[in-house]
Amino acid sequence: MDADVRTISELARQIRAGSLSAEAATEHCLARIAERDRDINAYITVTADEARAQARDADRELKAGRDRGPLHGVPISLKDLIDVRGTPTTAASRVRAGHIATTDALVTTRLRQAGAVFVGKTNLHEFAFGTTNEDSAYGPVHHPLDPTRSPGGSSGGSAASVLAGMAFASIGTDTGGSIRIPSSVCGLVGLKPALGEIPIDGVVPLSMLLDHVGPLCQSVEDAGIVYHALRGVANPPSIQRREVRGLRLGIPRRYLMDLLDVEVGASFEAAVQRLSRAGAVLEDVVIPHANYASAIYVHLALPEAAAYHASTLDSRPDDYSQNVRLRIETGRYILAEDYVRALLGREALIADVKAALAGRDGLLLPTMAIPAPKLGAVTVSLGGTEEPVRNAMLRLTQPFNISGHAAISIPCGKTREGLPIGAQIVGAQTADVLEIAACLEPVMDQ
Amino acid sequence: MTVAQWLEQATRDAERRGLPALTPLLEALARSTSALRTADWNRDLSGTSGTTSSPNGR
Repeated sequence: MDADVRTISELARQIRAGSLSAEAATEHCLARIAERDRDINAYITVTADEARAQARDADRELKAGRDRGPLHGVPISLKDLIDVRGTPTTAASRVRAGHIATTDALVTTRLRQAGAVFVGKTNLHEFAFGTTNEDSAYGPVHHPLDPTRSPGGSSGGSAASVLAGMAFASIGTDTGGSIRIPSSVCGLVGLKPALGEIPIDGVVPLSMLLDHVGPLCQSVEDAGIVYHALRGVANPPSIQRREVRGLRLGIPRRYLMDLLDVEVGASFEAAVQRLSRAGAVLEDVVIPHANYASAIYVHLALPEAAAYHASTLDSRPDDYSQNVRLRIETGRYILAEDYVRALLGREALIADVKAALAGRDGLLLPTMAIPAPKLGAVTVSLGGTEEPVRNAMLRLTQPFNISGHAAISIPCGKTREGLPIGAQIVGAQTADVLEIAACLEPVMDQ
Repeated sequence: MTVAQWLEQATRDAERRGLPALTPLLEALARSTSALRTADWNRDLSGTSGTTSSPNGR
């Protein structure tokens, strides 16, 4: 298979033109896994036999004239929090040892209906409880561009699988940034649809209030294709192209952009200049309660996780990695009154983001304050301040899990070392962020 | 219960449960809780509300 075929849209064109088959694309991904995954560790389970059977079925259907849409015959991976019947859902934890899903998650069913081929289940930060993918019962995931670095998390295996050509897209989850963060550091497009749009049935939860399911892909067009499949839309509409000229975008600099890696800041500002020269209207906006996002998040997510894990924390504590176990344990100590305060804070943040979006097409900001961190790093130096890696990775994404707004990360240049940088677009509706991202994609990544 | 009282009780309980490693996480959580309680969206029966100070001092 031509190594230049990296996007779903191009693969779909070639499959329909008869120059490629689903089987050939699947064999290509399986060969890449055999070649590269010993070093990257993106996959926990590779479902080669099932994938080959699905691919043959997809080719047979297409030959018989049944076309399920652009995802038909496309090899993808799924984060190993998402149930696929007959396959373990490990959540990257020993706690789940022996689990085999008896049914598909609802999103898995919809992807099957769209004709997707499942090549395997990807590694993650245990129970999605971290941003670096280091705490996993199956070992850390290594960044495909630099094995000493993290591919981000918690959907790190998903991002690595797409970047390394081991899948054409992956399905991840995002509770505080876990789709957008790995997409940013791996130079991919990662979409967190608006809250509640994509069902989370059959997905191991972290927080009922904050969990989102969405795609990690090579392009905005691909993200649209997978997004519509996840919604169960059989014939996805094309993304409407908007013009850069006249686009009104708010940049929430205060607090969120106070501490950025120098190269991340420079790359973002250069992109802003290009957009401005192309006629976009860019204005600073304020999200007044953004500085409370971390406190709100912790007081919502930790007790919800503690409730879900209560029985196994007591019965099998040693089957959790120490870091993850301790973080979930802290959730048991949060008072109900503080959980309620966090719920009220969520309402305040929703109002803030709505106000910032009023009269504008979207918000624009970096996805992450730093590029891919070194594996094992605990802190990073930003503006002369030592900041925990976790805080630096989550600060710009977490507010939009709390507010529930749609958000997408797209590539926005690289560091001198060649590490990808991401920019994030936030909007009222998922269709808005897809349209804006499609419009900005060629301008941002230069 | 004040945050200080909560932290004292939580730390004591974690030690009783054989989880002294929780202490730094509980201390960090206490800072986060203090910030949450000062936010301007909070209202209580005394009629007081929080102020909009930054949770991390910035």
